[in-house]
Amino acid sequence: MNTVIIKYNSGNIQSVQFALQRIGVNAVVTDDMEKIKSADKVIFPGVGEASSAMNFLKERKLNELIISLQQPVLGICLGMQLLCKHSEENDTDCLGIFETVMVKKFDPTEANLKIPQIGWNNIHHLQSPLFNLIPADSYCYFVHSYYAEKSQHTIATTEYGVTYSAAIQKNNFYGVQFHPEKSAVVGEQLLKNFLAI
Amino acid sequence: MLTKRIIPCLDIKDGRTVKGTNFIELRDAGDPVELAMRYCEEGADELVFLDITATTEKRKTLANLVREIATHINIPFTVGGGINTVEDVSILLENGADKISINTSAVKKPGLINELAKNFGSQCIVVAIDTKKIDSNWKVVTHGGRNATSLLTVDWAKEITQRGAGEILLTSMENDGTKAGFAIDITKDVSKSVAVPVIASGGAGNMKHFAEIFQQANADAALAASIFHFKEIAIPDLKRYLSSQQIPVRV
Repeated sequence: MNTVIIKYNSGNIQSVQFALQRIGVNAVVTDDMEKIKSADKVIFPGVGEASSAMNFLKERKLNELIISLQQPVLGICLGMQLLCKHSEENDTDCLGIFETVMVKKFDPTEANLKIPQIGWNNIHHLQSPLFNLIPADSYCYFVHSYYAEKSQHTIATTEYGVTYSAAIQKNNFYGVQFHPEKSAVVGEQLLKNFLAI
Repeated sequence: MLTKRIIPCLDIKDGRTVKGTNFIELRDAGDPVELAMRYCEEGADELVFLDITATTEKRKTLANLVREIATHINIPFTVGGGINTVEDVSILLENGADKISINTSAVKKPGLINELAKNFGSQCIVVAIDTKKIDSNWKVVTHGGRNATSLLTVDWAKEITQRGAGEILLTSMENDGTKAGFAIDITKDVSKSVAVPVIASGGAGNMKHFAEIFQQANADAALAASIFHFKEIAIPDLKRYLSSQQIPVRV
């Protein structure tokens, strides 16, 4: 099986590659259109800022490529947010695969809500093969200031001030807000599940 | 529910852990990767590696070590010690560090925080504050507590947050090494004054101290070194205890 990680101006790409190595998968990190197109599985990771990431993708026409992909695609953190319609982070129009899903900022006026959310939070209402063998309410590692609102595409939820999408899915596109590559054995299971789809 | 984090800290010199450990079953107690993996298995939520090497070869040694850690461990980790430039940070992140921590260099050149946040995002910029009570005011100290500054700790905490720090690692030099408990008052003041998470450090001696810093000071995470290295507290026991005190932890 041929797994690629999309290379762009974002952090934590290396971490995803290392995590895949730990479960015995050698993934290629690339921005080569043909390699991405012909891959069996595509991972679209990301830590960073939405508008600069979108600009980078557009400059390289990776935006058009990503929305045309037919094989299973997994967006992680910012990668997941970029699959949505729009992000409040610098008022950015995103890729729009989840054409109704908006990415919002956690409410800074809410008492005791530290932003960014950093740490382990549990995921609920797991409804996808992505969560095979993962017990309900498992802990995953999150680092983010923006979140995808709940929608018909939600396949797992988390609470932090609001209940929001910990994971989303539409057709061949999957997205997780947390970092499976940093979520210990739960994250490793999720990556295995994605590769088995 | 977001849980409180337990963070073991490993001091690194020339690629090895220093101060030693009491993990007698480890093949090599000085191997940071082996120790890190052990902590992962025990349920540590994150790890911090502080590099205290002072040689010119430092950058290369550290980058290799970071890569080695990132290859083997499946939880987030922060690397700190002698980071002065965007390039220093870039090398560490490229090799797999999740976050970096700056301390003295931020006090000397506060603009560095802005620069790093702009280049890499606030989520990976931890600013460490060493603090000490001087004439009844908590002030920022640098160089491992040897140099006092005129900065008030709470003011500095607010400033670094405005400049883009994503997290604060607050170490009380008063409490560090005493095993008499964390500095509750200043941790509480800092936590109240900023919107970013605060990691409390310095003074952990028993499990009750951890409960206190979470319940009384609203710390988001607690960091300790020797009590974990010397097995005075085992992480699974600590988490069970905190859980029994209604403190949300990942178990």
